[in-house]
Amino acid sequence: MSSAAQRKQFLRGIPFPFCAGCGGATVATVFLKAVDELGFKDLRSFVFCSGIGCASWIPSPHFKADSIHTTHGRSIPVATGVKLVRPDLNVVVFGGDGDVLGIGLSHLIHAARRNLDITVIMVNNMIYGMTGGQVAATTPLGTWTTTTPYGSYEPPLDAFRLLASAGASYVARWTTAHMAELTESLKTALTTKGFSFVEVVSQCPTAFGRRRGFKNVKEMLRWLKTQSIPIDDPEAASMPEQGETIAVGEFRRRTVIPTLTESIQQVTKRAGKQ
Amino acid sequence: MSKVLSPGTYFMQGNKALAEGAVAAGCRFFAGYPITPASEIAEHLAVRLPHVGGIMIQMEDEIASLASVIGASWAGTKSMTATSGPGFSLMQESIGYAFMTETPCVIVDVQRAGPSTGQATKGGQGDVMQARWGTHGDYASIVLSPNSVQEMYDLTIRAFNLAEEFRTPVILLSDEVTSHMREQITVPPADHVEIRTRTPPRVGEPYFGGTLVPPMPSVGEGFDVVVTGSTHNEVGLRFTADPTVHSALVTRLVGKIEVAAQSMMDCETFNLDGCDVGFISFGCTSRAVYEAVETLEEQGISAGFVRLRTIWPFPEKYVRELAEQARVVIVPEMNLKQIYYEVQRVVDGAARVVPVNQIGGGELVTPETLCHVAKEATDKL
Repeated sequence: MSSAAQRKQFLRGIPFPFCAGCGGATVATVFLKAVDELGFKDLRSFVFCSGIGCASWIPSPHFKADSIHTTHGRSIPVATGVKLVRPDLNVVVFGGDGDVLGIGLSHLIHAARRNLDITVIMVNNMIYGMTGGQVAATTPLGTWTTTTPYGSYEPPLDAFRLLASAGASYVARWTTAHMAELTESLKTALTTKGFSFVEVVSQCPTAFGRRRGFKNVKEMLRWLKTQSIPIDDPEAASMPEQGETIAVGEFRRRTVIPTLTESIQQVTKRAGKQ
Repeated sequence: MSKVLSPGTYFMQGNKALAEGAVAAGCRFFAGYPITPASEIAEHLAVRLPHVGGIMIQMEDEIASLASVIGASWAGTKSMTATSGPGFSLMQESIGYAFMTETPCVIVDVQRAGPSTGQATKGGQGDVMQARWGTHGDYASIVLSPNSVQEMYDLTIRAFNLAEEFRTPVILLSDEVTSHMREQITVPPADHVEIRTRTPPRVGEPYFGGTLVPPMPSVGEGFDVVVTGSTHNEVGLRFTADPTVHSALVTRLVGKIEVAAQSMMDCETFNLDGCDVGFISFGCTSRAVYEAVETLEEQGISAGFVRLRTIWPFPEKYVRELAEQARVVIVPEMNLKQIYYEVQRVVDGAARVVPVNQIGGGELVTPETLCHVAKEATDKL
């Protein structure tokens, strides 16, 4: 079972609301392909949490599963409550860069620190797309946006390096131009015990691409691919802060540490003995 | 100490009694963030919840605390958070979300002197209106106000019951004084206490409409639940522009609380028949009213009171009843007239309404002040 048609079992049949050429649809497709390849017949063991923004509409209400569409930035703490009460469920968070890395950043870092056993998929389109194209914490330096009419004057934040140091068990970054790598990466993330984070650098033709002078989506995807360098490349390590270079690849923590659920179970056992 | 507290009498701090009430009500998930004067609730539940198979987690802030409580509630567990004014302000967006998504949960606000950091260790009653109107948009709140350690226990159970029955967030509005007070309490046998729990839906039954209070599914049970804070129809699908869907949803959400308002009104009353002076109070301030009424009666001034145990929905019936008898209605509170205006609206000229306001330093309204105001207002000085 691998064709897109057969993956319809995972969908409610409600059309996605994305603009033509949006990377959100790609991420949805690749995610369902990964789930399919992992052998899931349906999404009954999953709970999807998402916040506010275009990427938050990937699971809600389109996936045929339980989904909680939360307030802006709060998908991770809602997911925390779900996962702690129901550790048997696969809890997956979808969100954009504004949702996950902007307004909800502290929750992201703390979930990684706690090694909460969930997967966070961040669709990074480098812009606040739903609200019309304002500068984000991920916008490359010097970019024209509606709130930086003379070019953005702040360097972007590197989620990959941040989360690797915050304690995540698995971190990856790919673009929508790396579908094969992304599929494998999502499979790894979903089967990783502990906190896993996958960033997908994605195209927003409407609020980012056309204003940067890209003629079409194809050109944007080509740009995403040519700007990408392997994360273990010495140049990626030196991290050009302007955000034009996209360091892609994976990070796996060498030592296995207990998940938050396991740590709490230990504590509960200790409490029972007192 | 293990499991639920065994029946009997205990000498206990208010915040601990509240925590024990939560355990007795079936709360098995607590998330919070340290704040004076509410921290003892988290500290006590950190000890107690593991004994009953529950989880206490200290989150990174109050926003995350209530958000994870909402997640836990959708996972099928009775859940609670506790905070004080500053944290309560941070929670307002998620309170609106819990209201809109019909998520039962209990939010404790132990009031201190605000606004802002104000006087962090000193009591106050300034969050009455924030508890009613704190989130944006149209909504209705259920707010309970204990005035003793016993009620910290009892009303916590009631808060959980109302949350489960009406599928809505319930606010337990305590104050520094009641929370830090130590008194004797009686824990009744478990079979003497009514514990309510949400009803799960039958297959195909809508859980965001159809009836005033729809049944509630949990995630992970095969319902394919769609939860959203956006305007949604009875199966949870978003309608972000349709006026009729929005109006129907919000009217029902407000309506389910308004319809039940009469049954939720819960007041302690004294000498409502034929009193000349009446007091309307709530929380710690009501303790001074007890003594003032006694003193006034001894001095031949007929006094009565209504003490609001439920503040919202506002117990209009009781206030009106008092105003029909008393010439003067005195409203003492540790804020600058938050309940006073509400009383004035309900009394509507039937009696003279006199405010007594005391803020700062945790100073309480004294019985002496209340007696003086009562005598002055009735020309009996």
